[in-house]
Amino acid sequence: MRRLALLPELALIVALAIMPFVFPYVGGSYDLMERVLDWGLLGLGFDLLFGWTGLLSFGQAAFFGTGGFVAAWLLVNHVIGSVWIALFLGTVAAGLFGLLVGYLAVRRIGIYFAMITLAFGQMAYFLENSPLSAYTGGENGLPGVPVPTIGFGDSAYVIATGLPMYWLLAAFFLAGFIVARRIAHSPFGVVLRAIKENTARAAMIGHAVPQYKLAAFVIAALYAGLAGGLLGVIQSYMPPDAFALDTSAQLVVQTVIGGVGTLIGSTVGAAIWLWLRDNLQMIPQVGALWKLILGVIFVVLVTVLRRGICGEIRYRATRGTRAAAEAAAQADGATRPATELRDVRAMPMPLTAPLIHAAPGLPALRAIDLAKHYGGIRAVDGVSFEVPQNSIHAVIGPNGAGKSTLFKMLLDEVHPTAGEVRLFGQRITGMGATRTAQLGIAKSNQLNQLFMELTVRENLRIAALARRRGSFRVDILRGADSIAEVERQIEAAMTTVELNERAETPVHVLAYGEKRRLEIGIALATGPNVLLLDEPLAGMSPTERISTRALIREIGRSRTLLIVEHDMDAIFDLAERITVLYDGRWLAEGTPEEIQRNQAVQDAYLGGLHEHEPA
Amino acid sequence: MPSLPLLLSQAFNGLALGSMLALVSSGLTIILGTLGVLNFAHGALFMLGAYAAYVTLQGSDSFLLALLVGSVFMLLVGVLMERILVRLFYSRPPEDQILVTFGAGIVLVEAVRAIFGGNSQRVPVPSWGEGITQLGFLIYPTYRLELIGIITVTLGVLWVVLYRTSIGLVVRAGIEDAGMVGILGINVRRAFLLVFAIGVVAAGFAGMLYAPIVSVTPDMGGSFLVESFVVIVIGGLGSFPGAVLGGLIAGEIISITSAFDSAYSEVMLYAVMALLLVVRPQGLFGTEGRV
Repeated sequence: MRRLALLPELALIVALAIMPFVFPYVGGSYDLMERVLDWGLLGLGFDLLFGWTGLLSFGQAAFFGTGGFVAAWLLVNHVIGSVWIALFLGTVAAGLFGLLVGYLAVRRIGIYFAMITLAFGQMAYFLENSPLSAYTGGENGLPGVPVPTIGFGDSAYVIATGLPMYWLLAAFFLAGFIVARRIAHSPFGVVLRAIKENTARAAMIGHAVPQYKLAAFVIAALYAGLAGGLLGVIQSYMPPDAFALDTSAQLVVQTVIGGVGTLIGSTVGAAIWLWLRDNLQMIPQVGALWKLILGVIFVVLVTVLRRGICGEIRYRATRGTRAAAEAAAQADGATRPATELRDVRAMPMPLTAPLIHAAPGLPALRAIDLAKHYGGIRAVDGVSFEVPQNSIHAVIGPNGAGKSTLFKMLLDEVHPTAGEVRLFGQRITGMGATRTAQLGIAKSNQLNQLFMELTVRENLRIAALARRRGSFRVDILRGADSIAEVERQIEAAMTTVELNERAETPVHVLAYGEKRRLEIGIALATGPNVLLLDEPLAGMSPTERISTRALIREIGRSRTLLIVEHDMDAIFDLAERITVLYDGRWLAEGTPEEIQRNQAVQDAYLGGLHEHEPA
Repeated sequence: MPSLPLLLSQAFNGLALGSMLALVSSGLTIILGTLGVLNFAHGALFMLGAYAAYVTLQGSDSFLLALLVGSVFMLLVGVLMERILVRLFYSRPPEDQILVTFGAGIVLVEAVRAIFGGNSQRVPVPSWGEGITQLGFLIYPTYRLELIGIITVTLGVLWVVLYRTSIGLVVRAGIEDAGMVGILGINVRRAFLLVFAIGVVAAGFAGMLYAPIVSVTPDMGGSFLVESFVVIVIGGLGSFPGAVLGGLIAGEIISITSAFDSAYSEVMLYAVMALLLVVRPQGLFGTEGRV
């Protein structure tokens, strides 16, 4: 895993080299192959956006057209002589337009995102068609785009249409593919996958989700801009329908048919689409039906074969290893013998030390008069407490006491109605969960929030990358596993929650107890100074409870822990101090012994509170 | 600066276009609000309605009959589409729902193209809508005036069904929490089917009414689809009043702008939407984060 396997790149080189000698015999032409590769280039960026980040854009034509018309306009009007520079400027222009549209679009998800990108695509289409028609030729497009040359003056080599042009497109596509694959397997790409799988958790871990989405959007726009520029070069003509809604739609269809999230799938889809169009149109009876046939295929694929062609091939190719992992997970997942309980003190690899070194004596966490009201309901009402550094503090209370809401306010996942939270003396209320995570507070949730389609190792990597890399970084060219510190952190977290044997197992096949441990492991892998555990023992078997208790005590040695839990044995065993909530209000606080003796607490749990209710 | 009569007539055009957009968008928005499905086939269904009117009028001269036959046909299409396809996608991610309805739209458009060809067809203005009407300050085509009236009535009926009947109550409860409605023992699935069918009929009905004004082609629904997206973004996703008001606003933006410079009429619509996304992303009637 240290080095990125280069097999796909090599396979692509071979395929690109063979194509011009095979394709013409099966109804393809150089022109068709060039267009396939051009659409494929467009699709590489789109797949990074849709397949990796989960953002379905229906507006890629806007950037395809922008790149194309900027490059074509510069060349046709002799503003710039070099095709290469014009292509570059067209790409930059598309990227800038992508930045603008993306800024507005990525704030919204799912349905909204698709509609907004579609609408901006149409806006670009109408802009090209009428107000800017003096520059773009309106419905006529821009004819006379020159072919590129290599070298200067009379000795320059002209890249003519036909085979030379094919090699040019092949070179651009290959470069685009290599870059896209590097991006996909970079730390940046890992975060994109995380956003697709579970946006909320990615943000909670400390990744600045909107910035990553915007970056992915701009990358897709850059790819589209370059592909648009090349379209003009291939055809010596920049067609206005580059901006059309049909272009965006065709891209979506091609990518889904070929396989979303496979990078090459979009190109395969383009080959099928364009080949069918060119060849079916020759046949008199079915000529008009080619798009209907494709439409039916598309609907069937979306309904029953969501993986698409390349996705299905990859799925079948990896079936053996996946089945083995699932079988192993089922065989010994649920229970394990108590003899396997390890000695936690002999942990092979310690977690990296917390990043923040606060002044000693300063409380790690202070809640001051925290309150959360939902309409008339006071879920939490004026709760204050203080947690010293490196201690274990528990919050208990009957169901509905407001414990989970309180926890969410502690890391600003939920904004309090009143009051504030201080982390090592710094006010964090109002910052949002992403920034508080970066400051060193993490939470394992009551309900698992995992990245279900990814492996255990990938889950932990998403978490370990967050604080070591900061909330946002475009490190698109390094390997995801090339940061030694992050890899050590992943191993340490994995060992701590005892999931080493499941490292490469997809999370959705894990047993429930394993998922619970991974939930804690993700919070732990961020390397937090303050760790909040919301019912860490819920749903665990008695054996698992014992080992998790040992685990919690071990974690508490090096960092501050807050626990919400219903298992009173565990709480009285682990916690140094306990805060009791009842009906959203502070009821008592003290050592486990004090709380056990407290009459009000006993009444609260037994139901007869009223006489002792504090004023 | 355009003259006052021109502005007035454009304002009226905006009303006609806006009411049309309101009808199409209200169909889209009730499906979205209730089922959570953004129906990308909505433009194709609009087109299908126009073709239904065209076909009926080949055998009859009665536009009212065409509306009736067309509506029944659209109801059937809606029921079939929900039962065969859309139903399978309620629990799948929104991206899948978008893709499948989008694909269904392609199939509908291409099927119509295969049957009727790509050339534009003419649907005659109904006999009761011929000629022009003197409004005092303005002379206006009669059919467009009637169009505004018919759509107003249709939207009114839709409003009564959604807000004043027990079916509507189930539908609106389903928007809030479909699971809870199911627990109460009400057949949500049937309500979903009904809503989808009503939404489809609304799109098709708009297509039938619009057919005499424009040329009927397989691709006529595309721009309406995108415009009705803009409308429901302006009005707030899933909001019926939002769709109506948003439709009127969109219609007026397009028409009034074209009085000044027709090149910018569509562009202005999207610019307004972009502005609204910045200052009020949930739309005029939407609630934050509902869809």
